[in-house]
Amino acid sequence: MNVAIVKYNAGNILSVTYALERLGVSPVVTDNIEELQKADRVIFPGVGEASTAMAYLKERNLDTVIKKLEQPVLGICLGMQLLCSYSEENDTTCLSVFDERVVSFLPNGTDKIPQVGWNTISDYSSNLFNDLPENAYCYFVHGYYAALGPDTAATTNYILPYSAALHKNNFYGVQFHPEKSAAVGEKILQNFLDIV
Amino acid sequence: MLAKRIIACLDIKNGRTVKGVNFENIRDAGDPVELGAFYAAAGIDELVFLDITATNEKRKTLADLAKKIAAVINIPFTVGGGVASIEDVRILLQNGADKIAVNSAAFKKPTLIADMAREFGSQCIVVAIDTKQEADGEWYVYLNGGTVPTSTTCLAWAQEAANLGAGEILLTSMNHDGTKSGFALEITAAVSKAVSIPVIASGGGGTMEHFEAVFKVGAADGALAASIFHFKEMEVHALKSFLLDNGLPIRL
Repeated sequence: MNVAIVKYNAGNILSVTYALERLGVSPVVTDNIEELQKADRVIFPGVGEASTAMAYLKERNLDTVIKKLEQPVLGICLGMQLLCSYSEENDTTCLSVFDERVVSFLPNGTDKIPQVGWNTISDYSSNLFNDLPENAYCYFVHGYYAALGPDTAATTNYILPYSAALHKNNFYGVQFHPEKSAAVGEKILQNFLDIV
Repeated sequence: MLAKRIIACLDIKNGRTVKGVNFENIRDAGDPVELGAFYAAAGIDELVFLDITATNEKRKTLADLAKKIAAVINIPFTVGGGVASIEDVRILLQNGADKIAVNSAAFKKPTLIADMAREFGSQCIVVAIDTKQEADGEWYVYLNGGTVPTSTTCLAWAQEAANLGAGEILLTSMNHDGTKSGFALEITAAVSKAVSIPVIASGGGGTMEHFEAVFKVGAADGALAASIFHFKEMEVHALKSFLLDNGLPIRL
């Protein structure tokens, strides 16, 4: 299977590459438009800040390319947030694949921001979560979240319930890091590869 | 609910995992990559790889090791030991580390924490503090692998580090480290109360009840241990089952 990872100015690409290699897939890391378009699967990773990432994508015309992809696309963490309509992080207009908006966690006096660590996901409504038990633990690192909405495909509760995952047509997004979420994360990546 | 974390620490010297008792009398516990993969499969939540020779011997980075670890391990890991510059952090993150632990260099030049946080985000900057309770009852910061005392209190330094942008405090009690007599509950609780970032307690975990206490009494977000895991004195899954049965949010 031909898997492309979008190469841009946001980190964690090596970890995603290794996670796929452990599943027997050798991904290409590329910002070449043709290579992205012809891949069987596209992974849009990301750790970083929304506005600089969007600016980088626009400069290379990757914003319009990503939106129009027709094969299964998986956004991870910042990648998922950039697929949403808008991010409060530096007032950034995003790709609007998903209708949801990305907003900042507000302090509640007890929970720490950003959320860092293992939290449970539930209320699955996507083939991304096939054969996973409810309340599976995944690894999260984020200070902004996508609100609940029509594309919500799994929820997590931290300060409030929010979208742990989004799914609309051929586009998938996860707020957590499947590449760091042990066996659960591997299953989710495998499900993404197995989409028919 | 966000889970309390159980973390295994691998102290590394000359590419091998070792563990000292009170930082002395080092014993060999094997290949770090292999051991790390074993813990990941056993259900540990996170791994910390500390090159304990690094600060003393001025070795710069653990980049090669980070890359080998990232290739085989499917959970988050922190790398530390001699990290002293923005460039050190950049190389380690590029090589697959999720977080970087910085200790003596940050104490000597605190603005380093702010610079690292601005460049890479607070979430990947762990400030490791080795602390020792002296005869006057106060907890002081020690540097260079616990060999150099300072006159700064642990609490003051933890607060300063958090204010500068540290994402997490890894707090090691030198009085407790290697003793298996329980974690330093009071100083852990004091630091946890004083800062709004996660606190990882390290040093002294010997029984499952010690771990329960460090979460319930010490208010720790994570608990770290080394030798009890390395020498199979405590099994990770059994420990986590015990904590879950005792009402703590734990990933099983």
